[in-house]
Amino acid sequence: MLKRAIPDLTVANIARTPSGTRVDLVLVADMVARGAKVLDVGCGDGELLQLLSESRGVDGRGIELSREGVNEGVAKGLAVIQGDADTDLADYPDDAFDYVILSQTLQATRHPRVVLEHMLRIGRHAIVSFPNFGHWRVRFQLLFEGHMPRTDILPHSWYDTPNIHHCTIKDFVQLCAEIGVKMEKAVALNAWGKPLRLNAPWWFWNLFGEQAVFLLSRKG
Amino acid sequence: MVEANLSSPRGKTGAPREADNPRESLVARFGADAPLALDAGVALSPFQIAYKTYGTLNAERSNAVLVCHALTGDQHVASVHPVTDKPGWWETMVGPGKPIDTERYFVICPNVVGACMGTTGPSSTSPKTGKPWGLEFPVITIRDIVRAQAMLLDHLGIESLFSVAGGSMGGMQVLQWAASYPHRVFSALPIACATRHSAQNIAFHEVGRQAIMADPDWRGGRYHLEGTNPHRGLAVARMGAHITYLSDAALHRKFGRKFQDRENPTFSFDADFEVESYLRHQGSSFVERFDANSYLYLTRAMDYFDLAADYDGLVANAFKGTPTRFCVISFTSDWLFPTAESRAIVHALNAGGARVSFAEIDTDKGHDAFLLEEPELFDIVRGFLDGAGKARGLMARAEAK
Repeated sequence: MLKRAIPDLTVANIARTPSGTRVDLVLVADMVARGAKVLDVGCGDGELLQLLSESRGVDGRGIELSREGVNEGVAKGLAVIQGDADTDLADYPDDAFDYVILSQTLQATRHPRVVLEHMLRIGRHAIVSFPNFGHWRVRFQLLFEGHMPRTDILPHSWYDTPNIHHCTIKDFVQLCAEIGVKMEKAVALNAWGKPLRLNAPWWFWNLFGEQAVFLLSRKG
Repeated sequence: MVEANLSSPRGKTGAPREADNPRESLVARFGADAPLALDAGVALSPFQIAYKTYGTLNAERSNAVLVCHALTGDQHVASVHPVTDKPGWWETMVGPGKPIDTERYFVICPNVVGACMGTTGPSSTSPKTGKPWGLEFPVITIRDIVRAQAMLLDHLGIESLFSVAGGSMGGMQVLQWAASYPHRVFSALPIACATRHSAQNIAFHEVGRQAIMADPDWRGGRYHLEGTNPHRGLAVARMGAHITYLSDAALHRKFGRKFQDRENPTFSFDADFEVESYLRHQGSSFVERFDANSYLYLTRAMDYFDLAADYDGLVANAFKGTPTRFCVISFTSDWLFPTAESRAIVHALNAGGARVSFAEIDTDKGHDAFLLEEPELFDIVRGFLDGAGKARGLMARAEAK
């Protein structure tokens, strides 16, 4: 048997639903239309793809950097290829997918902006989820304890983290504005995996959202 | 001398006899009404295909898996070889309960055109002369091999294959199948292969061919008629090729610099080292079951393989809008068909919008890893076929029982 891959190499201890599914994945899945064609970039061991195929009947494909993750995904019968979000998205033709998903991987890419642009070229929609570096706990650790933050969702030490491009919700919203992306939907989750109030202002989300999920599309 | 230690084959007539009347095999004969149109511009007729089947074809005729063999393989994929008495060449992969499960799938493995185990090739008897074809046999291509296999499937009444699987030259056939007959291939497993034969690989093949042709017993390819056998040349060709199927690490792990049955070097050209003795054994056992001219023809077929050339220079065009599901597999230590070649296949498939999986397996066993005990390979093939089987509406194994 394959040795079990680390479910996700970039984040850990994300809140799960009573049935054991990661809440952020359920949120992502809810944003995907039934039967859509989906590319999951950085799909880990294929948990989201499996959820999407079982709950939404999507035609899913995955890209994953780690060999263990890929092989486990393929052994589950998923269409997963070994590849790198930073280099391999360029090989995909325009409009090949309905949704391109980047789940908890944005902060681990070398060129987040380029990756995001490719996602919206390849897919009509992009769904991006990421840990919010503006969360109060992160700010607290840096401000009062004076060290690089380590939280449940970001458990790595500064010297061995795969996460090289942290951003806050505010930063991400700004990037979307810069590259002219239409924000169709945004959800922020608190540390218990509960969505924050929809009518709360951005600063509130940026402070109390531990992670965020965005549904984006091309403008025009 | 190398030659001194290479035993001559058991029966010099062994190859031609097997070529015309293969043992332990089924034979499909195609007469004058069903010629095989070859890329060389001539038709092969009459001709025959020797093949083996395992398992049972279901009522819907939807569970057939075509296994394509590599350069020196044959139809005896999962049963004892009639010439060598050795187990089938892919028994790790094909059989009851194996990843290509003969309790679920109907497995067909044909000997390729140009080979020497019962499908028409250069050692078969030519209908014109009543003697072995020799170099009168037309040069064949991977496309020709696949075209003949499609005729076999027509003959068997199988319109659509659940899967086509193969490694190395077998993988080339898999790709050709998916390109030539996309609607007949539900899923495809090209393993350790490429969309074209590289210059380095053509170069290695040329060394092998030159070794055969340099053997005085080759007699311009007429050795069957003149009662000789270029077994020395063929053995050297095999020895050279065999090195390319392994890896530095695997050779080192297996043999290192160990001496063969001796404490000290003999200061001669005997097989002092274990690795030499192993290679000589590989060479001499190979000539017992393989025909030198077939080796020339099949290496040529691989050299000519270039899928992009048939599709305006773009492999992606070969797979545009393909309905086939692919699972491409490569091995880290394979330097004959390195991972980069498999990646190129994957890029082309992605560009064509295909549903593709790709896994690279970490092993030090080199190109031959696809034939060996690789649990990760088995898990991946099993998972891929299970997923495809679900999509095809094939019953799961438990239900089938």
